[in-house]
Amino acid sequence: MTETRTTCPYCGVGCGVLVDAKGAVRGDPDHPANAGRLCSKGTALGETLDQPGRLLHPEVDGKRASWEAALDAVAEGFRSALAAGGPEAVALYVSGQLLTEDYYAANKLAKGVLGTGNIDSNSRLCMASAVAGHRRAFGEDLVPGIYEDLEQADLLVLVGSNLAWCHPVLHQRVLAAKAARPAMRIVVVDPRRTATCEGADLHLAVAPGGDVALFNTLLRALHARGMRSDAPGLEAALAAPLGPHGIPPAALGTFLDWFATTPRTVTLFSQGANQSSAGTDKANAIINCHLLAGHIGQPGAGPFSVTGQPNAMGGREVGALANMLAGHLDWSVPAEVAALSAFWQAPKLASGPGLKAVELFRAAAAGRIGALWVMATNPAVSLPEAATVRAALRRVPCLVVSDCTRDSDTLALARIRLPALGWGEKDGTVTNSERVISRQRGFRPWPGEARPDWWMIAEVAARLGWAAQFAWDGPAAIFREHAAVTTLARPAPRAFDLTGLAGLSDAAYASLAPIRWPVLRPGVPGGRLAPAARFVATAFRPPAAAPDAAYPLRLLTGRLRDQWHTMTRTGLVPRLMAHAPEPVLAIHPDDTALADGGLAAVESPHGRAVLRLRHDPSLPRGACFAPMHWTDRFAPAARINAAVNAAVDPVSGQPELKHTPVRVVPAPMRWHGFLLARQRLGADLAPWCALLPAGGEVWRHELAGTEAPAAAFARLRARLLGPEARWVVLEDLAGDTHRAARLANGRLDAVLFLGPTPALPPRDWLVSLFARDQIGSAARRTLLAGIASDAPPPSPTLCVCHGVTEAKVCQALRAGAKTLAAIGAATGAGTGCGSCRPELSALLTRMPERLPEPA
Amino acid sequence: MRVLVIGAGPAGTRCATRLAARVPGAEVTLLGAEAALPYDRVRLSQLLTGESDIPGLITHELAALAAAGVRFRPGTAVAAIDRAARAVRTARGEVLAYDRLVLALGSSALRLPLPGGDLPGVLAYRDLDDVRAMLRLAAPGGRAVVIGGGLLGLEAAVGLAARGQRVTVVHALDWPMERQLDRVAGGLLAGRLGGRGIAFAMPAKTMAIEGTGQVEAVRLDDGRALPADLVVQAVGVRPNAALAAAAGLPVGRGIVVDDAMRTADPAIYAIGECAEHAGRTIGLVAPALQQAEVAVQSIAGEAAARWRPAADAAALKVSGTAVWSAGDIAGEAEAITLHDDDAEHYRRLFLREDRLVGCVLYGDTADAGYYLDLIGSGRPVAPIRHSLVFGAALQPVAA
Repeated sequence: MTETRTTCPYCGVGCGVLVDAKGAVRGDPDHPANAGRLCSKGTALGETLDQPGRLLHPEVDGKRASWEAALDAVAEGFRSALAAGGPEAVALYVSGQLLTEDYYAANKLAKGVLGTGNIDSNSRLCMASAVAGHRRAFGEDLVPGIYEDLEQADLLVLVGSNLAWCHPVLHQRVLAAKAARPAMRIVVVDPRRTATCEGADLHLAVAPGGDVALFNTLLRALHARGMRSDAPGLEAALAAPLGPHGIPPAALGTFLDWFATTPRTVTLFSQGANQSSAGTDKANAIINCHLLAGHIGQPGAGPFSVTGQPNAMGGREVGALANMLAGHLDWSVPAEVAALSAFWQAPKLASGPGLKAVELFRAAAAGRIGALWVMATNPAVSLPEAATVRAALRRVPCLVVSDCTRDSDTLALARIRLPALGWGEKDGTVTNSERVISRQRGFRPWPGEARPDWWMIAEVAARLGWAAQFAWDGPAAIFREHAAVTTLARPAPRAFDLTGLAGLSDAAYASLAPIRWPVLRPGVPGGRLAPAARFVATAFRPPAAAPDAAYPLRLLTGRLRDQWHTMTRTGLVPRLMAHAPEPVLAIHPDDTALADGGLAAVESPHGRAVLRLRHDPSLPRGACFAPMHWTDRFAPAARINAAVNAAVDPVSGQPELKHTPVRVVPAPMRWHGFLLARQRLGADLAPWCALLPAGGEVWRHELAGTEAPAAAFARLRARLLGPEARWVVLEDLAGDTHRAARLANGRLDAVLFLGPTPALPPRDWLVSLFARDQIGSAARRTLLAGIASDAPPPSPTLCVCHGVTEAKVCQALRAGAKTLAAIGAATGAGTGCGSCRPELSALLTRMPERLPEPA
Repeated sequence: MRVLVIGAGPAGTRCATRLAARVPGAEVTLLGAEAALPYDRVRLSQLLTGESDIPGLITHELAALAAAGVRFRPGTAVAAIDRAARAVRTARGEVLAYDRLVLALGSSALRLPLPGGDLPGVLAYRDLDDVRAMLRLAAPGGRAVVIGGGLLGLEAAVGLAARGQRVTVVHALDWPMERQLDRVAGGLLAGRLGGRGIAFAMPAKTMAIEGTGQVEAVRLDDGRALPADLVVQAVGVRPNAALAAAAGLPVGRGIVVDDAMRTADPAIYAIGECAEHAGRTIGLVAPALQQAEVAVQSIAGEAAARWRPAADAAALKVSGTAVWSAGDIAGEAEAITLHDDDAEHYRRLFLREDRLVGCVLYGDTADAGYYLDLIGSGRPVAPIRHSLVFGAALQPVAA
């Protein structure tokens, strides 16, 4: 059977995947990033191919339109906005989900055709600070290292990275290397004790925002131990005010010792470092230390920024950010601007940087943006001060959104909706965090009238009079042009060079194997880079907003293991939702008087979100953590970015998503409930609502509200009325308890449970009943009790790949399993993608008597 | 000691046989107003449906009573009590002396004061004679109207339907058996009986019984006339307290008794449906038998004899549907209901101040004992409220 060789659409690791004709997915053993491994999300890719809720036809003003009409409307919208407000009044907001070719086309449209610098990417939220840090240190945005360095390091320092959940395949590579070489050390620098801390040698619970202080301290310590460098800027860097990092002296001393005495040290940093008002300084503080220790560009050594998105790097390469030009060319070098202007035949080339993401949406909110094209991203959810962003999107007269899904909060606000191709359909390249360019290949027919983003862009450019400059016949032609841009204005002391790919034939592009840049000559890949570098003084600055009496807690945000961004893809996969079915706010039990399991409101001066509260002693005191994933489509009241402040890094413009002073207050509800149905009934069923697919075609709706429970019950039941409906109903009016099950011909159709507290029966057994053709009389008798009288107690699923519950793992541990391998042999847990292994390790370290009891 | 028991229903008969067994030297005489031997009144419905015959209803043969030490005198109605003389006078003028007198007089069927209420073909449903009359009149294909949709009325309706009658039940409320069933269970039962060919005129009031020389129709308050060859009035009962009242004993709805079933006259007891204890009369056989036992203990001189009313529990099985109800289902109480459309399964629990006080089970009555025990014990139910309605099987096992 022939398999298509392509690249995973999720994180910045950029794993190769093989997809067979039936859509079955496995890791590509020949891809350098993963060598056959896949994480839980990648493994489930096959289950996300047939996406419900695809956008299949262009729409204008809410009505279906032809491509001709829709593209005409886009062109007219941008033409009018340009005429009325000039280049400052038009903008593109694009995405690390775009392929390099789409990205290139978008950047060319913005800076070449529209003459505006207003193109920014959601990469701004992800690694803009790393980009800025690289440019300050190296004069260019480049990652010196390669993934093998993570395995070859004797000391791996992870800063602001929950690698186990966010980049699981890299984490597996690291753990395998450590297993082979136990002397290898792993240090985790994170305010939270994350899953990544399992298997680490040292966890430095740095104060939120204290990373710069830690690395400033390290820099001075290295210098004090006699390390020296000729690179410029060291004196100023050493003189930079240290700041508080909050790490106890003993742990600090160990870390400083290890770093100073281990030549093969890699510091991997990710969103936890980047998403900060001092994100750029964090990157530079880290790079400073490696520069002084002489670690950069050596095997197993150096600073290493890992991106969140599959093609964040590609966007950086084409320059699709407001402060970049194209192909690592620089606005500040007139000859480069001239060269690009000539190459593009674009006399009105944008004259300078445009608005970065947060600034862009503020401009829109102020009514200064007449036309905005959002591609493949969901800023209504992902940006801070999300309510402001929504208002801003509503103010844009011509809001264009191209996306593959209908289930996007942003799409809902758009005037013109363009159906884009999704993963498995589109064709092009992506670049991962180690500079490896890989092909993403289509293997499925284009659904409906969906088209590639680059084609839409070219069509709009043609309507604006630029047909000749956008006359590509496919992605290969765009890639060649993109590669050619990197050859402009040479010689220049610049690493990003695709000269060796600029002459790629269509056939060679079609069969292109993963290749790391720089590619100076055809077929010769690049390797580690040892750029000339300089120190950057990074004076400690605390986070933009400090906790105070009114907002005493620090809100941290981040990802969950099995979710991706705004869940438009992963949110539809039951086994991925099983790991964390509801939006949860984790808080140290001593920091709240509220009960575990209730609903709590996170409030900041910017907004609020309501989440399920979980007591979690692994959080530092004074902080709380919320996942970033939930949207209007899944849990409108739990959109955490509504509460997140929009402070940005002054250099990179990256928002401080990981530090907002908040307070956690009760979210009083008169009733709590859940509704299981054979369809998705929407996230507007109740004031608080969280949706998730529960397997089969069953959707689980977790609900809470403030109206009288009986009224809510009647209202929700009315949503379930049907001609053949037969009911089992339980009502306890005085007890505020209402339950109903709808059956048709003995088959379960829907279940609705309401009660006065969140203590409701577990959902698993009820969900399992939906799979039966007939509900037997025994099950029917206890249906509304929510328990089979002889059922085993429910237990959370730990291993998504093999469906292994915590109870099964604990059973194996009690039976004597003492290692991960033994657990794997007994239960299968941890033998698939490995994403659950940190959680298995955590259970392993508990004494048998401390394991959760079987009920 | 001469003990005279008036009334050969279940309570009187039980009392007489137990007294003979327990009180040494007691001369026990049981007087029955009917000519029949003591029979099981509860099973009259089986006689009506044909599931049983008259001999099958007899609970005590004459020989068995004699062997038990009871002198049974059937067909002996009592006209008066002379408390001063400690003697009663029968309808035939005979005077019978007693040391202890037990009144087990039962109750009489109420008859509505309707025009035409005394026409031939208008019957009550109370005793063997009533059933015999019904069977005589119930020619196949005939039309019967039962006035009153209580327990007895429905039994009569089901029996008559079993005898091939086209039956309509006229009931004043929205649903039948409102004393035992709530609206939902009553509606389910009416639907079930409807499936058996029993029609309901409900809510409806009977204005008159019409006919010339024989019942022909029942006239309702909405003007409808229901054709009828036979009318059964089952509109309730009245405790038979007149005899006691005439003797100067305190009487409310029934004959007032204390916890030991004694009337104001320490030599006279009253048990069963004719007795009123703590302001309440009973209508079911189980508590009547308990009262009989208490009276026996008291007469035997046991000072501890006390009757404590348990929750009333009524079970009915009609057309294969089990219905059970217990306790207080009428007052202001919190209700928990569970209803399964398809399985014809319904239950409603009534709670007051965290106690189960009443219960209606329709369809599946397997948990009747569990709930009766909870009602009787008065245990707080808050800890199990969420699963209470699912019955005993889902309750945590007591540690």
